[in-house]
Amino acid sequence: MTHRSITHHLDEATLLAYAAGTLPEAFNLIVATHLSLCDVCRADAHAYDAVGGALLEDAPSDMTNGSLDKVLASLDNGTASSPAQKVGGDLPAPLHSYIGSDLSAVRWRPVGMGVKQAILQTSKGATARLLCIPAGSAMPDHGHNGTEMTLVLKGAFQDADDYFARGDIEIAGKDVQHVPVADIHEDCICLAVTDAPLRFDGVLPRIWQRFVGI
Amino acid sequence: MSSNILFDPRTALLRNTLMLASSQTSSRRMSVGIPPQAQPALAGPMNYSGRRRVNDRTDTQPLWIDEMIRVRDGRDREAFAALFTHFAPRIKGYLMKSGADATTAEECAQDVMTTLWRKADQFDPTRASVGTWIFTIARNRRIDMLRKDRRAEPEDLPWGPEPEPEQSQVMEIQQESARLVKAIASLPDTQRKLIEQAYFGEMTQAEISELTGLPLGTIKSRIRLALDRLRHAMK
Repeated sequence: MTHRSITHHLDEATLLAYAAGTLPEAFNLIVATHLSLCDVCRADAHAYDAVGGALLEDAPSDMTNGSLDKVLASLDNGTASSPAQKVGGDLPAPLHSYIGSDLSAVRWRPVGMGVKQAILQTSKGATARLLCIPAGSAMPDHGHNGTEMTLVLKGAFQDADDYFARGDIEIAGKDVQHVPVADIHEDCICLAVTDAPLRFDGVLPRIWQRFVGI
Repeated sequence: MSSNILFDPRTALLRNTLMLASSQTSSRRMSVGIPPQAQPALAGPMNYSGRRRVNDRTDTQPLWIDEMIRVRDGRDREAFAALFTHFAPRIKGYLMKSGADATTAEECAQDVMTTLWRKADQFDPTRASVGTWIFTIARNRRIDMLRKDRRAEPEDLPWGPEPEPEQSQVMEIQQESARLVKAIASLPDTQRKLIEQAYFGEMTQAEISELTGLPLGTIKSRIRLALDRLRHAMK
């Protein structure tokens, strides 16, 4: 699914945490989705897995007697086989079990100012949502209390510093205050994950925030 | 993670992060041969016992590839038993370090080895060492067990044009993995412990900071330093 060169990648700490398995579900989802689109980060992720594999060598703890025989007795003789992952549609495979294989399956809810969202079911600790920003429109100016990751699935957006297109991921921490504007050519659809509420400036957006729950 | 070398993601694996991401890296990759000391390990059946001591392991790292292929293609129970003897105690140790009690860790280690048998067809020696593959199964099992969180996996890559994996690629991945074990063993204690905690301790960097009393900035820079050292060692 790699069509263009992705210029905004995952950071070291996130890749390490994904390999270690310590991220909340919503972040696992956005990382896996980015890896499905980005060969550079996929190779990096393999390397972090390899560090885990190497560390495994140093942690033995004796198994109880008879455990091998027990497991051997439980093995079936059939050939190994696993169902193939379904690939296809216009969404990367990790999103399929959350929203289906196609953007047309998304049940959008309008949240005002032309923006639509669909919140995905994940465990607590972080929230994942799809956002659809109309071509040429802006998300309200906002800062972050925690970390926000935004992955472009369709279209593109621009903030003060940078341009983000399909596959690009923006990682915004507390220090980032930005106004993402969707590219004029088409609506921009993003997967956005936050581990704390966003911080909007100005009264109107704060009211908006109360309704939207971002 | 900004590197712009060209590579095949199915085979680049360790290179991008753990080798310096430069244009030299990719040219070196093209010219690298199979290290002569590595060949006997693949040539015949393994003669390692799972009881091999930790400190004489590094130069004669068991690759476990033969056993894994025999399990995958031949449903070989003897090979499975050898893998179990080596890896089950390590999976158990890993899960206990992650906070599981001995009984749960034991059961999960058995589950992980059963999964290895069942999903052996997914093992691809051009993509990961046996140890790395087992680590990913154990990690996912731990997420199910301890966190009850779902873990999304990246989309499968389409199969490459070549029907059979290049033996040299297999060899390279396995050799890299063996060198990585060695590189981690030679890290200074403080750095190795932090990396271990980050992987095994079920802790975020902020939580490690609380536990060790070190400021978060120090933790981050030590982990970064450790990763840099690993990259340097893998050059």
